[in-house]
Amino acid sequence: MASPAAAAPPSASRKGLVALAAAVALLPLALPNNYTYEVAILVGLNAIVCVGLNLLIGYAGQISLGHAGFFGLGAYGSAILAARYGWPTPASLAASVAAVSLLAWAIGRPVLRLRGHALAMATLGLGIIVSVVIATEDRYTGGPDGMSVPPLGIAGYALAGERAWYWVVGVLLVATVWLAQNLIDSPRGRAWRALHGSEVAASAIGIDPARHKLAAFVLSAALAAFAGALTAHYAGFITPAKASFLHSIELVTMVVFGGMASGFGAVVGAAVLTTLPQLLTVFKEYEMVMLGAVLMLTMIFMPQGLVPTLEKALAAARRKPR
Amino acid sequence: MLLRAENLAKRFGGVHAVQDVSFDLAPGTVHAIIGPNGAGKTTLLNMLTGIYLPSAGRVFLDQRDLTGQPPHRFAAAGIGRTFQNLQIFFNMSALENVMAGRWLHEHVGLASALLRLPRLARAERRCRTEAMQLLELVGLERWADAASDAMPYGALKRLEIARALAAGPRLLLLDEPAAGLNPTETREFDRLIRELASRGITIVLVEHNMKLVMGVSGHVIVLDEGRMLAEGEPRTVRADPRVIEAYLGEEAH
Amino acid sequence: MSAQFLQFLLTGLTVGAIYALVALGFAIIYNASHVLNFAQGEFVMIGGMAAAGFVEAGLPLPLAALLAVGGAMLVGLALEKLAIEPARGASVVTLIIITIGASILLRGLASLLWDKKIHSLPAFSGEAPLKLGGATLLPQTLWVLGATLVTVALLWWFFNRTLTGKAILAVSHNRLAAQLMGISVRRVLLVSFGLSAALGALAGVLIAPISFTSWDVGVMLGLKGFAAAILGGMGSGPGAIIGGLALGLIESLGAGYLSSAYKDVFAFVIILAALIFLPDGLAGRRRATERV
Repeated sequence: MASPAAAAPPSASRKGLVALAAAVALLPLALPNNYTYEVAILVGLNAIVCVGLNLLIGYAGQISLGHAGFFGLGAYGSAILAARYGWPTPASLAASVAAVSLLAWAIGRPVLRLRGHALAMATLGLGIIVSVVIATEDRYTGGPDGMSVPPLGIAGYALAGERAWYWVVGVLLVATVWLAQNLIDSPRGRAWRALHGSEVAASAIGIDPARHKLAAFVLSAALAAFAGALTAHYAGFITPAKASFLHSIELVTMVVFGGMASGFGAVVGAAVLTTLPQLLTVFKEYEMVMLGAVLMLTMIFMPQGLVPTLEKALAAARRKPR
Repeated sequence: MLLRAENLAKRFGGVHAVQDVSFDLAPGTVHAIIGPNGAGKTTLLNMLTGIYLPSAGRVFLDQRDLTGQPPHRFAAAGIGRTFQNLQIFFNMSALENVMAGRWLHEHVGLASALLRLPRLARAERRCRTEAMQLLELVGLERWADAASDAMPYGALKRLEIARALAAGPRLLLLDEPAAGLNPTETREFDRLIRELASRGITIVLVEHNMKLVMGVSGHVIVLDEGRMLAEGEPRTVRADPRVIEAYLGEEAH
Repeated sequence: MSAQFLQFLLTGLTVGAIYALVALGFAIIYNASHVLNFAQGEFVMIGGMAAAGFVEAGLPLPLAALLAVGGAMLVGLALEKLAIEPARGASVVTLIIITIGASILLRGLASLLWDKKIHSLPAFSGEAPLKLGGATLLPQTLWVLGATLVTVALLWWFFNRTLTGKAILAVSHNRLAAQLMGISVRRVLLVSFGLSAALGALAGVLIAPISFTSWDVGVMLGLKGFAAAILGGMGSGPGAIIGGLALGLIESLGAGYLSSAYKDVFAFVIILAALIFLPDGLAGRRRATERV
């Protein structure tokens, strides 16, 4: 039975965090223009979703094929409150994230009783329902063509411009990863991993599976909604495609490709799979073929993901006699 | 009386896996539940730990009715167990498996965990120390940081016991813990049971290994085809003609 | 019975028959290998698109259909050989993602091999609609229903009367025991994938004259077929058929009487409700309790 790598000892994750912070701080030196800043910002936003999704899939051992639904709801929630009801954007963002978290809590309780393919189908169904509703209720959402979103700001000052957004997203990403690492290294994180290892054995040592799965689900939904709202305010525009099944699959791919046993795998996965299509815009038509091929090849040959596979290879190389 | 089972029964469709089983388990003794394959031993165990809801009957721990509670509440009440088919957390090291077992005694708040406050580091150190002690108790200290999926079968059986002990149970149910162990390992295991009993943990062994059971238990319950056939001291049960006919007669131990 | 109701009924049964064929394909693969083949819908797409391509190239319809189904079968065999077999023993999540990747890959290849336009097939026996109790019936509908019936009958015969079919059933019940009996699990898997692909492609060819075909027609069809399989009880053949028909009817009646804008959503709402309240599905195959 293939099992994910045992979690990296705490010192490695500290080093990883420092490396991430350094990367965020130094990257601007390598970014020549606004377009590259834009890609970096998108990577950061996707990475935030993926860190949350990784907590759910990699650590708590559940699956969600509909997470783009939470992303989309967070985005549209904030957009609608701000654009149609004139809420100040920090408030619309907070309210949207809170509302999505509440929804995830309500939906999660019955849905997380399911396992395996039933859970996959349920989350898939939820995601599709959300995306169809968003595309259909055009009075609120602008329908399939999307709607414009006011910028994030307060009392006249608006967060605008690639550089400002870069630093905001960068700091938020490092903070998210830090919090996620702390959670994983804590007793609660151990309880989640126990749940993933064997649900029946976890319950035999007093871990309530339903409560913890729900916590992981709600937390990952909140992060997705948060990133979704930020994306909407950053881009100034939002379309239903952001809540689509394909986007849900892209998110899962990033997590799985990067490596689920590692908190940093999610970031690496988001980075690689967000930048790759941008680099290959020449091959726009081949985008689907490449995405499909990447998914298949990774899961067949590197089922543990990129980061753990590299870690193992490095460890094996180091063990070779000198 | 530590645990009382009252008229427990479990039906799966048309199959009566367990019927009308009642017994009392006194604290401080090693109990054993024996019976041929299919007698309903594991089903009974699953009812005593909340994994199965009894079709009839009740389970009491210290006069408290636990029937119908989910498994994690049985665990919180002080009942621990190991599994016939290993349920090790293969995604963690041996030490982490045992540390996970301490969940019920971890009282680190969410804020302390998220913000990595000093009290978390102290709690983790304590947890690690206690987990190491349990690994030493079962003789697995050298496997502490090993990936659990690299450990041999006999070691994993002991790891499950260490993990169950980490939760601090008053009653420990062991489901065929000696299955697949060689004679040396079985002797070691006998020693471990006595050590645990001397620490005040009430133990229930579900076992096939007659020699082990008769040597270490003070109270034996015999199941056959879901019903209780006999109960009493090992020597009494061993001599009971019904038991011999149903079970011991086939055993060449 | 009102003409409108009859109309919805007929549409529902037609679409339901297609969902049933797709769901059967899911069930066969799931039974043999416990893999959820998210690429099932793409077999439907390949059936329709390949047939359309062959017809546009000048081939007569029956030959085009045959070649399309045969081609899809080869794709199914390739999928099993190249993607599923190497990943044997992987976790549920891993296998799901592999088949999702395959579905994306196949769609991408379809958009390159053919194009992104909508295509159609000529109706098998003409376009002149028939009248039935006030409702209009396309002759193609009869083809769909008839072909589905014949297919189901053939499958019943295959699984109950042929050695290969029984071997597949044996593997689905107990893989180890089947292996010990000398059944080659690898061959069974190959046959299952090939058979499911053929079923999907057949559905694609049958429905193309009515609802057209395009490079991405497989996504929704696959998802709904999957939903139908779950509704009927994952792994149950009769369940897949019942689930498919039920889903088609619910969708058609829902779109007709409630809201046509939300047509696609009915299926998933029902599935969610079914999963939460009826975890074993309509035909309810009793799941064995996990042995601990």
